[in-house]
Amino acid sequence: MTVAVHCDGCGRLAADGDHTTCRARRAATDPPRYCTDCGRKLVVQVLPLDWTARCVRCGPLVR
Amino acid sequence: MTDILDIARSQVLERGEGLAEAQVLAVLRLGDERLEEALALAHAVRLRWCGAAVEVEGIVSLKTGGCPEDCHFCSQSGRFETPVRAARLDVGSLVEAARQTAATGATEFCIVAAVRGPDERLMREVGEGIAAIRAAVDIDIACSLGILTAAQADELQDMGVHRYNHNLEAARSHFAQVVTTHTWEERRATLELVRERGMQVCCGCIIGMGETLEQRAELAAQLAEVDPDEVPMNFLDPRPGTPFAGLPAVPAADALRAIAAFRLALPRTILRFAGGRELTLGDLGARQGVLGGINAIIVGNYLTTLGRDPQDDLDLLAELSMPVKELSRTL
Repeated sequence: MTVAVHCDGCGRLAADGDHTTCRARRAATDPPRYCTDCGRKLVVQVLPLDWTARCVRCGPLVR
Repeated sequence: MTDILDIARSQVLERGEGLAEAQVLAVLRLGDERLEEALALAHAVRLRWCGAAVEVEGIVSLKTGGCPEDCHFCSQSGRFETPVRAARLDVGSLVEAARQTAATGATEFCIVAAVRGPDERLMREVGEGIAAIRAAVDIDIACSLGILTAAQADELQDMGVHRYNHNLEAARSHFAQVVTTHTWEERRATLELVRERGMQVCCGCIIGMGETLEQRAELAAQLAEVDPDEVPMNFLDPRPGTPFAGLPAVPAADALRAIAAFRLALPRTILRFAGGRELTLGDLGARQGVLGGINAIIVGNYLTTLGRDPQDDLDLLAELSMPVKELSRTL
């Protein structure tokens, strides 16, 4: 299991600050928005029944 | 003075004449103790003038992000620092999305692009996508591509687009507080182009963008004047990075009052539950809305956010004995 360096909701360092809102938003309505490895914005495609996400540097997000 | 719901009972339920602006405002001002009664009346109006069937639709974003417009609610505007990064869907994925949507029982599939209006490239992509979907999937196709020229409206009609979505979003008096890069009148003009070409008009709104109750009533009246085939009702989901990020979510009771009021203003329209309902209303609200004037839903996910599990909505409709509308066009 890899440890997330960055928050996938806001892109900031996961160890810094409060990410309660990010987690709540992710649990409710949001796909991941930032790469947990490098913190870049993900290219996210939401589909009617699914979603995909890809980091331009780290590659596709594997679920 | 006669009670507004008594007036609505004879005017809307019995005669099918929608409430006027001042009457809508009176419904929006009803206290919480009258909410259940207002929803029950709106439901009766919907059953009387639209029937029991519920129209199910799926939507997908063909071009995400990087929009030049500044709609203050939208995370896809290139003018705001939001978490949304530009993306483009290929034709194969578009067809697969349509196939998955149809498998839920949906009869409508809406292709959406975050643009001011379509350019040649986008029109070409839409044309290829529609042709591929029509060859593979039995579903009506709608589009939402922003402001159209007359020639583009002609092209979409020729492609077989069944319905075109272009929301007013806000009341005319509030629009400049929501969008500054185009006008309410430009949106209205596109709706006329769509109607003139015989495509169905889908024109909706977003509740909760700082408007007053008076402006909410004004919006209902302006939508009634457009006389759209469908009105998608969205509730603001304050997105990070947008100018409206700090606005509060609409309280559930206000959202339900708006649903009832809009149904009473638009007795014959397809009134669709759209974005933000998960945040504003949750599971209980979904049931109350469908029993309060709503007769259409967006199934599954939205453009950049995730919706309810489609099966939850379909189970709810089955439990309420509301049949999913079937595809009616002649193939």
